[in-house]
Amino acid sequence: MEVSTYRRVVTIVNPNGLHARPADQMVKVASQFKSRIEVCKGHERVDGRSIISLLTLAAEQGTELVIEAQGEDAQSAVDALAELIAHQFHEAHDE
Amino acid sequence: MQKLEGIAVSPGIAIGEALVIDREGGHIPRRFLPPSAADAELLRLDGAIQGLAGEISRDRDAVAKELGARYGAIFDAHLQMLRDPILRGELEQLLRERHFSAEYAVNRTLRRYAKVFQSLEGSFVAERATDINDIEKRLIRQLSGQPRQDFSKLTSPAIVLAHDLTPSETACMNKRLVLGFATDAGGPGSHTAIVAQGMEIPAVLGVGNLLNEAASGDLVIIDGDHGNVIVRPDEATLAEYRRRVEHQESHAVELESLRDLPAQTGDGERITLLANIEFPQEVAHCLERGSEGIGLYRTEFLYLGTTVEPDEDVHYRAYAEVVQAMQGRPVVIRTLDLGADKLTHLQALEPERNPFLGLRSIRLSLRHLPTFRTQLRAILRASVLGDVRIMFPLISTVMELRKAKMILADVCEDLEEHGIPCRRDVPVGIMVEVPAAAVMIDLLAPAVDFLSIGTNDLIQYTLAVDRTNKDVVNLYNSCDPAVLRLIAQTCDGARRCHKPVSLCGQMSSNPIYLMLLLGLGLRQLSVSPSAVPEIKQACRAVTIPQCEAVAARVLTMDNARDIKQFLREELRKVAADLVH
Repeated sequence: MEVSTYRRVVTIVNPNGLHARPADQMVKVASQFKSRIEVCKGHERVDGRSIISLLTLAAEQGTELVIEAQGEDAQSAVDALAELIAHQFHEAHDE
Repeated sequence: MQKLEGIAVSPGIAIGEALVIDREGGHIPRRFLPPSAADAELLRLDGAIQGLAGEISRDRDAVAKELGARYGAIFDAHLQMLRDPILRGELEQLLRERHFSAEYAVNRTLRRYAKVFQSLEGSFVAERATDINDIEKRLIRQLSGQPRQDFSKLTSPAIVLAHDLTPSETACMNKRLVLGFATDAGGPGSHTAIVAQGMEIPAVLGVGNLLNEAASGDLVIIDGDHGNVIVRPDEATLAEYRRRVEHQESHAVELESLRDLPAQTGDGERITLLANIEFPQEVAHCLERGSEGIGLYRTEFLYLGTTVEPDEDVHYRAYAEVVQAMQGRPVVIRTLDLGADKLTHLQALEPERNPFLGLRSIRLSLRHLPTFRTQLRAILRASVLGDVRIMFPLISTVMELRKAKMILADVCEDLEEHGIPCRRDVPVGIMVEVPAAAVMIDLLAPAVDFLSIGTNDLIQYTLAVDRTNKDVVNLYNSCDPAVLRLIAQTCDGARRCHKPVSLCGQMSSNPIYLMLLLGLGLRQLSVSPSAVPEIKQACRAVTIPQCEAVAARVLTMDNARDIKQFLREELRKVAADLVH
């Protein structure tokens, strides 16, 4: 089985940033994959399946994050998360 | 580092790890389990996590049904936090590698996360700290279905932090393990404070927001001299306090050299220095420090921390132990001074609206005669073992004193009839601690063998200040001119009747007041055992004419602040190292 690393740079676009509910959704999506997933902000690097760690990034609107996955489904995992972030976690804008 | 201010109630410095007793009454013991118990503890933790997950899911479903799925989703984030793999990993590690109890691991880990969130100030994440706190509380509640260890059975030394501690909780503390304590509630003169002094545990009360700042396991300094609590001190502060502890220890050695010298003023007036005690074990402290007797033996400890009424033998053993250890030196035993904040099985079932003005102390004794007689029998039996004296607290009328003396005489006769040895002529005295007693001193003094001024209650009743209410505690002031006039009046009244008078409140333990008290005519003081050497040093540094001049001047002054300032300056002139 081939183990590969894949990473993508994404920007938080939703106005409320990576708060509790978006973080919850990220963890839910990340948990669907087998790869090890990490999210980095600057030099901080946290486990993509830990909501508490994600929240400690305090990623506001406009923050650049690097999503990095390592494992057989690394690319699909990173793409799924990048899409979730790009679609503003499917949140309504009036929040 | 967080420096918090409170009220210094029991001197000394303690440095150690915090044990937080939660404001809801549940406490998080620092508990170490045998390594073999880790699996069972982990199971217990997982059970609690699952139980709470079930609870939160039910909350979510209920809210979703009521307000729509978007609102229910808030609880999804809570569930996700609860199931956070990193959190679970950390908890497991604390359980397996450091052998923490599940409660303690949850408390430490989640409080730390809450702190991290809070530190992200200005960020939306800071608000999530409340979620973390909520999860911590609920998890601990889940865990508390299991029996928890009582803090009186602590296994490692700690500093106890709590919203409030009752006197009985304080009395249950093991002095070797409780290095010091601090509470958010309470104030000077409260019985918790007195118990702390009795046990010589450094303590700070009335801090205010202790529980928000400190978590179990934090390093904490209790500065019982200045009323500070320092949470997570930095290196420099810690070093400074360690230096002060060393200094205090060497100062104590210095004062010890005074032990065998008489308490005598510079001009040769002999002062009798007695000690106030709470527990029989304290007699050793008194003798070590050269006290000449026990001026106040509080007997409430017999009733605190127990739900059954102590019988005559329990009383007798406690009195006999002290009287024998004092080897013929005077021992003033004060009868039951319970009521108000000291709870007991004796108390009226209905809570009193004004406990301090209610059925307490001698009033309670006169109402519950069997209890009173039991105590008097035990005191009288112990009276043949040494120099025992009986003191009635909170006397406010001449009638009350007569009743109490009648019952005493009756108990004495009873003992004699049964051929039980006791002394018929045991000296009887009263505490002067209700303003009415000071006012009526000319009629009360002739009816007793001695008087003792209890300043703690006298101040509270004279100034109408609840000494445990932090909003008015600033009015509770030993130097208030009204209080000082009542003390002066009591001293005069006693002198006219040639009756000895002493002072046994906390005021006598502070060297600042010594010149004033001697100047008012007091020649006998009863102080906390730890204060004996300092007060003796102060006595030896002054002369009676100096003291009389100070007292005369003070009685012309009109406010407590000026008086205290003046007393401080006067003491500085004669013994600068005693001015704290």
